[in-house]
Parts: sequence; structure tokens; C-alpha cells
Amino acid sequence: MEALSPTMEEGKLLSWHKREGDRVTDGDVLAEVETDKAVMELQARGAGVLRKIFAGEGSTVEVGSIVAVIAEPDEDIDALVAGAAKPQKAKQPAAKQEPAAAAPPPTTPAPTAPAAAPQPTGRVKASPLARRLASEQGLDLGTVQGSGPGGRIVKRDVEGAATSTPPAVAAPLPAGGYEDIELSQMRKTIARRLVESIGPIPHFFLTTEVDMDQAAEARQSLNALDAGPRISYNDIILKVVAAALRQHRECNAWWLGDGKIRLFNEVHISMAVAVEEGLITPVIRNAHLKSLREIAVESRELAERARERKLTPEEYTGGTFSVSNLGMFDIDQFTGVINPPETGLIAVGSITEQPVVEDGELFVQQRMRLTMSCDHRVIDGAMGARFLQTVKQMLENPLAIVY
Amino acid sequence: MATVTYRDALNQALHEEMERDPDVFLMGEEVGVYQGAYKVSRGLLEEFGARRVVDTPIAENGFAGIGVGAAMVGLRPVIEFMTWNFALLAIDQVVNSAAKMLYMSGGQIPVPIVFRGPGGAALQLAAQHSQAFESWYAHIPGLKVVTPATPYDAKGLLKSAIRDDNPVVFLEGEMLYNAKGEVPEDEYTIPLGEADVKREGDDVTLVCHSKTVAVAQKAAEQLTDEHDVSAEVLDLRTIRPLDVAAVLRSVEKTNRCVIVEEGWPFAGVGAQVVDEIQRHAFDHLDAPVLRVTSADVPMPYNKQLERLAKPRPENVIEAVRRVTYLDGD
Amino acid sequence: MAQPYQATPLDADRADFYRGLLRQMLHARRFEEKAGEAYAQGKIGGFCHLYIGQEAVAVGALAAVREEDYVFASYREHAHVLLRGTSPRAVMAELFGKSTGCSSGKGGSMHLFDVEHNFLGGHGIVGAHLPLAAGAAFAAKYRGTDQIAVCFFGEAAVNIGAFHETLNMAALWELPIVFVVENNRYGMGTALERAAAVWDVYRRACSYDMAEEIADGMDVLAVHETMMRAAARARDEQAPTLIEARTYRYMGHSMADPIHGHYRTKEELEKQKDRDPIEQLKGRLLGEGLLDEDEYKVMNGEIREEMEDAVSFADESPDPGPEDLYTDVYVE
Repeated sequence: MEALSPTMEEGKLLSWHKREGDRVTDGDVLAEVETDKAVMELQARGAGVLRKIFAGEGSTVEVGSIVAVIAEPDEDIDALVAGAAKPQKAKQPAAKQEPAAAAPPPTTPAPTAPAAAPQPTGRVKASPLARRLASEQGLDLGTVQGSGPGGRIVKRDVEGAATSTPPAVAAPLPAGGYEDIELSQMRKTIARRLVESIGPIPHFFLTTEVDMDQAAEARQSLNALDAGPRISYNDIILKVVAAALRQHRECNAWWLGDGKIRLFNEVHISMAVAVEEGLITPVIRNAHLKSLREIAVESRELAERARERKLTPEEYTGGTFSVSNLGMFDIDQFTGVINPPETGLIAVGSITEQPVVEDGELFVQQRMRLTMSCDHRVIDGAMGARFLQTVKQMLENPLAIVY
Repeated sequence: MATVTYRDALNQALHEEMERDPDVFLMGEEVGVYQGAYKVSRGLLEEFGARRVVDTPIAENGFAGIGVGAAMVGLRPVIEFMTWNFALLAIDQVVNSAAKMLYMSGGQIPVPIVFRGPGGAALQLAAQHSQAFESWYAHIPGLKVVTPATPYDAKGLLKSAIRDDNPVVFLEGEMLYNAKGEVPEDEYTIPLGEADVKREGDDVTLVCHSKTVAVAQKAAEQLTDEHDVSAEVLDLRTIRPLDVAAVLRSVEKTNRCVIVEEGWPFAGVGAQVVDEIQRHAFDHLDAPVLRVTSADVPMPYNKQLERLAKPRPENVIEAVRRVTYLDGD
Repeated sequence: MAQPYQATPLDADRADFYRGLLRQMLHARRFEEKAGEAYAQGKIGGFCHLYIGQEAVAVGALAAVREEDYVFASYREHAHVLLRGTSPRAVMAELFGKSTGCSSGKGGSMHLFDVEHNFLGGHGIVGAHLPLAAGAAFAAKYRGTDQIAVCFFGEAAVNIGAFHETLNMAALWELPIVFVVENNRYGMGTALERAAAVWDVYRRACSYDMAEEIADGMDVLAVHETMMRAAARARDEQAPTLIEARTYRYMGHSMADPIHGHYRTKEELEKQKDRDPIEQLKGRLLGEGLLDEDEYKVMNGEIREEMEDAVSFADESPDPGPEDLYTDVYVE
């Protein structure tokens, strides 16, 4: 059972979308799960056959325990089945064959941290011995994947991290057993940063759906000008967010941690870019001052250099707000993890054609979901909502940018 | 070395110490003419006479107190309780008299006495006859508490207990009396307060004492054979004073620990061991220390229920698999 | 059976002995008065059970035993340890919790010990010291010495199991021991008649085929005579005795308890004081010319001075140090 909300400790399995024997691929919706917050979809984290379902409909399952096994049709899953079928005395049966189970494998490439944050409580759980060993080896525990109960980092994880050789990224998963893979520096940093974030930062999330017809039209006409770069939806969103932040300075802030919050007059937007090894957030400085065209040029250039790993540290630090876009991956909606000391992030889903009823008339509209992650220490619900509303209004009426 | 039973090893210890020191005498129910309810005192009456092998009425509080009084004026009584269940009637004398005398007299009056007898569950003796009380006595400053697991330890430790100038609670295992083991022909003693590694291992420490040593050893064998886990079996032998150094040595090597004890879980011996470990070996722990104890119920009579109530090798293996992360949690 | 409450005839040849008993009773009383005073001043803490009124029992009985005999008592034992020869200084210092106390400040009022004088406590659990005393008697017999053990306890202790277990074994094994019941009529605040089916405590002995004696516990000579018989029976015949000495407690059960109230009347208390053991003996000795007032005054003055000195000593003595906390738990 994955943690489908930041505070989820257990989930109620409402219904299975797949049956035992069904073939599933990565990302397929396996089941609907009711968390402490909402009804969420449990997705497959690997491809294969749904060999065994442990958690029946209506059952409540602790985070970290096995709900089902996905494996190759001929793969031996007896040990896994035996382990998981044991009475719940051991609280949360899990198994060594993590990659085959519906639990996040150690190195699934993830451009950002959608729902499946491996450390729901944020604190790095490690045995005292693991802590000592890591400290002696100068190893950052935040970069180590724990294999113990609830993700606890234990001796073998630290030893594995210290001795294993760098793996081929996204190597085919071995059948049975498990694989310890040394983290790349970037992955280590991502993990540490995200853990730092989701742990101490009290996140909450706001989602809104935006009519993108006007923006699409504007984009189309701008791109028809034929001079200069093509404007992407993302560029429009960056521009809009920057403009909106000028109006909502309270959301353009850093949590300084020494009893202070820094509100910025300038808007520097961190732009999450998926790269081969993970993600990085180059910063578009003074985005509020830049034209859409400038932003388009700069964002493309930064993304390219990011993929070539040519960014200098100054180019990916110092942002005041983040935008993360998984629309190109057909992600309808997701929640991003705040990039401290920033205090807000907007996660952008895909733009899809949706049937809309207005005044009794049914028509088709381009729609997009935005989910804002807020650091509640700085941004309150209504505050964030007002900001998001501004963003929505600007996207629905792009002229507002220049208003 | 000769192979002798636990019972005979204890008998040898009594015999040798009574021969060695004329102040040592044995007192209790059925110790003389009847030759001992569990035959530990077999032959002693014939050898030493009724002056030194004293049959008592069924009056545990009375004869325990008489033993303490005799010890207060310099004799070295060995008081046999037919079982430690009955010794509850005498616990006032053990706790309020024996354990306190030296302190409340400002060091004037030592009480060199041994209270001994079988403790723990035997077979189908039900609730009132199946209790392991070592944690009760170990709680009391002024008492020493000894729980031998093997004939060798039983003999060596009883001889030391009799020579000790402090009150010693010596809990024998009712189910161990027939256990056989090698005992040297030559005189030897085992110091109180020293644990013993009964089996070396690398992956997990099984702390145990008395009857649970056999449980831990059996579990250790299975762990090696079937689970590829190398378990170290550490027999505490003496509960008080506790050989904390030995526990720490082992846990610092294995990083994981399971404590196996016959008492109930609440405030048991294992709880104390856990406390010492978390206090002194925190940074050596790779997993929480787990305890395997008797079920938290009065002992049932029914054979199947009784089996479930006692700590078994399966419980130990399950706990070991958890602390070594072979099972998820 | 000796009849209680009949004055023992005096023998002029034993005047020194009588004056000695009087002095010991006065000694005990003046000590207890000082202890009560110090308790009121907060110098003594915890439970403190005074012996005032009962002096004839310990004085009469212990005058009949030898130095090498073992004496055990309950928690109302200040007089007993003094009578064994422990100095008032060491006892008062113990009550004050000082390191110079006879138990190094670790025992207090209820746990006075003096091994040198064969006084083996000072025990706080009712009845629990009976088997201990029997154990000492057992040891004497085991070793073949002619020591005896004497065990003092209140009448309330005869209802507890340890009393019966011990009397049975003492009789069964013919132990050289004398059990002295100090029947002061109240177990704390419960009158004997409200706690026991048998009101004549000495009759309990017949359950164990044990010799029984009853003595007027306000008459030191009667107690002494009775104890002489019992001690000889223990020493010479290896036969235990149960003595009931009927006495009376002037004070509350402890310093923390009321002197009278719900459980007894002031009138009863005042009436009992007419039989005061010290006044009785003093009156008889004065009456028969075996003591004069001046002698008495000198005696009383010397004792008062000794008690003042004991209090000063206790006052000035040091507390045990922190380093003493962990000593005497085990013999190293």
C-alpha cells in the first residue's frame, strides 16, 4: 500500500479495477483506495501479471504492507505469498522482492515527487546502528532507501549504499530478490531535498480546473506570428504565475526558519525539468519583468542545458516559487513537493478536451488542472486559493497579463 | 567428565558444601526422610543426619524466617521450597527480612542464606504451580538471583551461592531436573553474576536463562539450518547481579537481540535487559530488541493451551526474522 | 499459674537489684520522653513508637537473660536495645538518622540493631521477627551452645500466621526460646477483645503443647520472676515458653497516632496510670526503706543528664554522606 496522501497511515481498499491474472502495465490503475483525505487511485508500479491480491475490497491496509503481487507469469512468488499471508501479528508484512510488489521500487525514475512519497512522515527512519555507520562513512541517510519496516534504514542498507556500484538507470527489474542500487548524486540530492521538504513542511494542496480555450487561442495566434520562438502552454503558465505572484506577494515567499518569512518583490520561478537521472529546477529570474517571448526562449534554453547537465548552481537556486508540469506525460493532476525555502508550487496537469455543460448547453472545452502545494506556515488556505484564483482568471483571459 | 543430571549436580553441590562447611544445613519440606520432593536432597539425611537435614512442617513463612534468623547469627542455611509457587507464602521473609537486614542494620548483620527450589512451568500443573518469579526477586536490592540452565552451571552456581554472604534466590528449572550434562569430577565453582555464551553467532543475540536456554538453542539450530541466520545464545545464568557487560559485548557484535524468558511480559527480566541495551548500546542496534515471553495469562491446564502459553522456538525464530529484517514489518 | 496483680514480696537483701530495676525503668522512660520531645521538634521522622507505660516488661524480662543470649523485638524497641547495653547516644542518634546511630542512620526507630550486644532488631513487620528469633534459637541449638533467644512482640501479633508457624516449630524442635507477649491491650487502635477469639493470650500456647506463663506486666518483679523460669526452661530443658505480660501503653500507637479517642477513653488511660510500674516499685521501695527520696532524685538527675547528653550527641552528629547510600546493600 502506497502512501497516497502526506499523512496517510492506512488505506481502505474500495474496489479493484484489475483481477488476478490480468496483465498490467506501469501506471495502470489497479484499485481505488480511500485515504484519510480522499479516494485515490492505486497505480501499478511495474509491468506484469497481477498474480495475487491480498487485500480484499473493503479491507483496510497499512501503508507499506503488500496489497498485491505483480510478477511475470512464471515467476516464483511463493515466498512472497507466504510472507504476506502470515497473520497480521507482524503488523505490516512486506517482502524482500520489493520490485515485484506493488510498492515503489528503489529507482523508478520520477520527474518530481507525485503522490508516492516514500517517507510519509518525513523523518528519516534509521536504526541507531545505521545512523552511526552512515555518520562514520559520511553517508547522507536521506539518500539511502530503507528496507526495514516502514522504510527504516538498517545496517544492510547503509552497507549496500556504501559498497554497491552505480547501476544502469532503469535497468530491467530482476525477477525475485531485490537489488540495491547506488544513488546518483542528483538522485541523492533530490531525495534529500524532497525529504527535507515533505517532512518539516506542513503541506496542503489546492486544486482548480482551468478553461484553457482562450489560452490555446492566444498561443495559436502568437505562434502564427512566425517570428521568434514557439510559445508553449508552459511558457504561458510561467508568465501567468509570475504575473499573479506580483499581485500576491504573500505567496512569493521564503520560509527562513529563524522566525522570519521573506516576501519577495521580484519573482524568480523555479521550473521543474525532468532529466535522465531525475529532475532539476532551473530558475527564470525576474519572470515578472519578462515577456512571454523572453520566457519562452529562456525556459527552452535552461531546459536544454539542464538535460545536458550544464547548469551552474546559480542557475538552479534562488527561486521564489516553483512550477512543475507533467502535462506532457498525460498526468491529469498531481501534487508536487515544495522546494524549500520556497513556500509554494503549482503542479500542472495535462490539457484535455472535456465535455462541459454551461447554461444547459453541452460543448467541448480544453481544460487543465492546477494543483498548488502550499507551506501552511506561510500560506493559508484562503490566501493560496485567492492566488490560484488569480492564476485561473489570467489563464482564462490571457489579456489580463498585460492588464 | 561424568555425565550427570541437573538434579544430581545440585545434590553434589549440597553434599560437597555441607561436607566443606559445618555451618551449612538444609531445611525444607520433605528434604530428609522423603529424600526430597524432587530428590535433589537424596541421601543427604543419611550422610549428615537430622540436625543438618531438617524436615519442616508446611509453613513456608515460618521456616524461611527461621533460616534467616539462623543466618543472622552466622549459620549458612539452604532453605528448600518445594516450589517457588509456595514460596509466595514466605516472600515477606525473603524480601522484608533477608534482603533488608544488612542495610537496615547499617552493615552489621549479613544474611548468608540460599533459598532454592524449582520454578517455572512443568507440565499441566496449571495456574498456581506454573510460575517463573525471577523478575520479582531480581527487583529487590539485597537479593541475588540465580537461574542455572545446565547441570554444570547448577552445581557450580549453587556452590557459589552457598558460599556467598548475601541472600541468594536460586531458581531451579522444574523441567530441567532430568537434563543431563557433563560435570567435572574436580571441585569447581562458577562466580555469580557471569553470563555464559552457550553458542557463538554473528547475526542476532538470544538472551535467555534457565529453561529458555534450551528454547533459544533449539531456535538457534533451526535459524542456522533453515534461515541462514547465525544466532548467539547468551545464558544470563545470574539475573541479579546482571552481567550487563556480556550482554553488551554480544549485542555490539550482532547488532540485534531477542530476549527469551519464561516469565510474563510485564516488567519482566527481559524488560531490564532491554533497558540496559538501549541505554548502553543504542548506537549498535540495527533493530528494536524483541522479547519472547510466556503468554500474559495464568497458565492453562489444557495441554494445547499450555504449549501456546510457553515461549517456544517458533516464537524465537519469528522474532529473530523480524529483527534481522528477513520478514517485513 | 501465678496470679496476676499480686505484688511480689520484697527481699531486703536484694535492694541493690531492685534499685537497679527502678533505674532501668526510669532510664527507659526518660529516654522515651526525650524521643517524644525530639519528634515534636521534627528531629525524628517517620514512625516512632514509644514504650512509656510498658517499661516493667522489658526491664523485668531482660534482667533475667545473659549477654550472650539473642534478643529480638518489634518496632517498639527503644527500651530493649538500651537494656542490652547500647548507649542512649547511639540509640538517640539512630532515631535522629545520624551516622553515629546504632544502625548508622539507615534503620531508624523501627530498626535498631546492635550485634555487639546481641540485640538483633528492631523489626517493622508485625509477627515477622518471631521466626527470626526461632532461627537464632535453632542456631544456638545447632551449635550446642547454651544461648537462648528472647522475642518480644505485641498481643496483636498472635493473630498472624508467623506466630503459629513459629510456635509450632519451636515446640516441635524444642528450641531454646522465650516468646514474650507484651499485651498492652491495643493493636494500634483495635482492642484485643475486638481482634481475638481467645482473650487470654497465654492460652494460645496449649495449641503447641508449649509452657505458658502470665505475668503482671506493670510489676517488674513479677515479670522478672516469670522470665527467670522461662529462661531456665529454655536453657536447661530446651523447651520454649509463651509469656503473656499484661501491660499498658500510655502513648498512641506511634507518635503520629492519637493517645486516646475513638478506641479508648482518657479515663481508662488515667486509671491505668495508677498502676504505673515505676511509681509502684518506687513506692514499695520507699515504703520498705530500701530507697530514700534523695537517692531517687540523684538517680533521676543523673538519668536526665544522660538523656540531655544523648540528644546533644545526636544533634551534633553528622548525617550519613551520599557515599553511604549504596553501601550495605550487599556484602562485597
